[in-house]
Amino acid sequence: MKKLINEIDNIVDEMLDGMTAAYPQYVKRLDGLDVLVRAGGSEGKVALVSGGGSGHEPAHGGFVGKGMLDGAVAGAVFTSPTPDQVYEAIMAANGGKGVLLVIKNYTGDVMNFEMAADMAADEGVEVEKVVVADDVAVENSTWTTGRRGIAGTIFVHKLAGACAEAGGDLATVKAVAEKVIANVRSMGMAVDACTVPAAGKPSFDLAEDEIEIGIGIHGEPGVNREKISSVNEIADKLLAKILDEGIYGEGDEVAVMVNGMGGTPLMELFVANKHIAEVLAGKGIKIYKTLVGNFMTSLDMEGFSITLLKLDDELKPLLDAPADTPAFVQV
Amino acid sequence: MAGKVYDCMKKIGDVIIENKDFLTDLDREIGDADHGVNMARGFHAVEEKVPADLTDIGAFLKKTGMTLLSTVGGASGPLYGTAYMEAGKVAAGKETITADEFNEMLLAAIAGIQKRGKAVRGEKTMLDALIPAQETYAAKVAEGAGIVDALDAACEKAHEGIEFTKTIRATKGRASYLGDRSIGHQDPGATSATLTLEAIRDYLKSNS
Repeated sequence: MKKLINEIDNIVDEMLDGMTAAYPQYVKRLDGLDVLVRAGGSEGKVALVSGGGSGHEPAHGGFVGKGMLDGAVAGAVFTSPTPDQVYEAIMAANGGKGVLLVIKNYTGDVMNFEMAADMAADEGVEVEKVVVADDVAVENSTWTTGRRGIAGTIFVHKLAGACAEAGGDLATVKAVAEKVIANVRSMGMAVDACTVPAAGKPSFDLAEDEIEIGIGIHGEPGVNREKISSVNEIADKLLAKILDEGIYGEGDEVAVMVNGMGGTPLMELFVANKHIAEVLAGKGIKIYKTLVGNFMTSLDMEGFSITLLKLDDELKPLLDAPADTPAFVQV
Repeated sequence: MAGKVYDCMKKIGDVIIENKDFLTDLDREIGDADHGVNMARGFHAVEEKVPADLTDIGAFLKKTGMTLLSTVGGASGPLYGTAYMEAGKVAAGKETITADEFNEMLLAAIAGIQKRGKAVRGEKTMLDALIPAQETYAAKVAEGAGIVDALDAACEKAHEGIEFTKTIRATKGRASYLGDRSIGHQDPGATSATLTLEAIRDYLKSNS
């Protein structure tokens, strides 16, 4: 394993200090904790707190700032943060108007965030939660933990964050988050696996000519392994599964996110986006806004995910609202 | 002087830490390659933070559970943390426990895991090792067996439970995303739970 690291056990700690050193105008780190909150605090507004395992940078700390998150909790690499850390994030981010937890649907994340929410509620803080489950690669049935939360989570941060920034109360912000969750779907793939530093080897093995379709963001294997094909054909497969959901039809307006997994050149993401734009145009689906880049990564994994969010007159202004964070700036 | 509960927990921690890579490799097959790493981090913290001279078993287990909760992360942190805290409630104020009380502790731990994880037997989780182990333990104790003999039989059942997890698909936890591809792999949580029971048995065997 070749990595730019000092001590494996210090990666998250050093990363958070590095982020704080780079963006003091946006974030401050809570003493002795793996929590970033807004440098200027969140007084008088509903606070959004998210988080999860590390290794998904810029998620989530990179989205702490005006118009998006108020706090982000970083767990160990690919490991949910612990309840005590989430609790401290809730208490620090709370600006007196309540806190909305944005949780990605993983067993550990849901358990740890729920325990923290219970602890904060005991202290009199008004806490609500939403669980993002946008990954269509996973069967949504009683036979699984349910769909995973992946890149679509960023749209929840953006739109619910805009609502909170505009003064929405906790119930309204939560309703926006739930509306985004209901209208956002994603699917990803990997050309090559990622290496968790503490494990020291790739999380799965792919032959030179193999790809993994339906990959998650933790190096967990996907749902199907196959021979590599052109990026157009790969994008077609991911899009087909997303469109199968029946949410996005002719005449609808959508936001598109083409998200890199961390080890993918932007060049390849744009190549993919060219095709995605053409396919959607061919189906009469209107693209209102496109985001291309690394938003929800998986360490050094090579691959990408596609996310579609159906928009309406309520969601469009929230998507367009200004945001000022380390990883997402929109004037 | 270190109490007996400390020595026993030290044995559990040593076994988990020795098996760090093994557990992580199992998790790599069907999960996210961190089970051993996370559990080892937790037990290093237990050794650091839980006072060795704390002889109240209930208090010791409560502190152990809280330490695991705040250091392990993932799903294992809340699950093992809850298990030790619930078992600790049964043993509150006690410096020794009987075979029957140990059964009550196992039951409390399992109930805590079920509540926190919203899982039942047969979903390819640690419950598939723990529930049959507890049932066998209780039956042996009812027949008059001592704690070590009953644990021997329980560990055997826990191993059968691990083998059973190879035959089923996961419906809880991250392995459930794999669908049928999780079949053929043993569950890392069932494995660490079995290692825990074996460590307790081995400690009692060499110290009773």
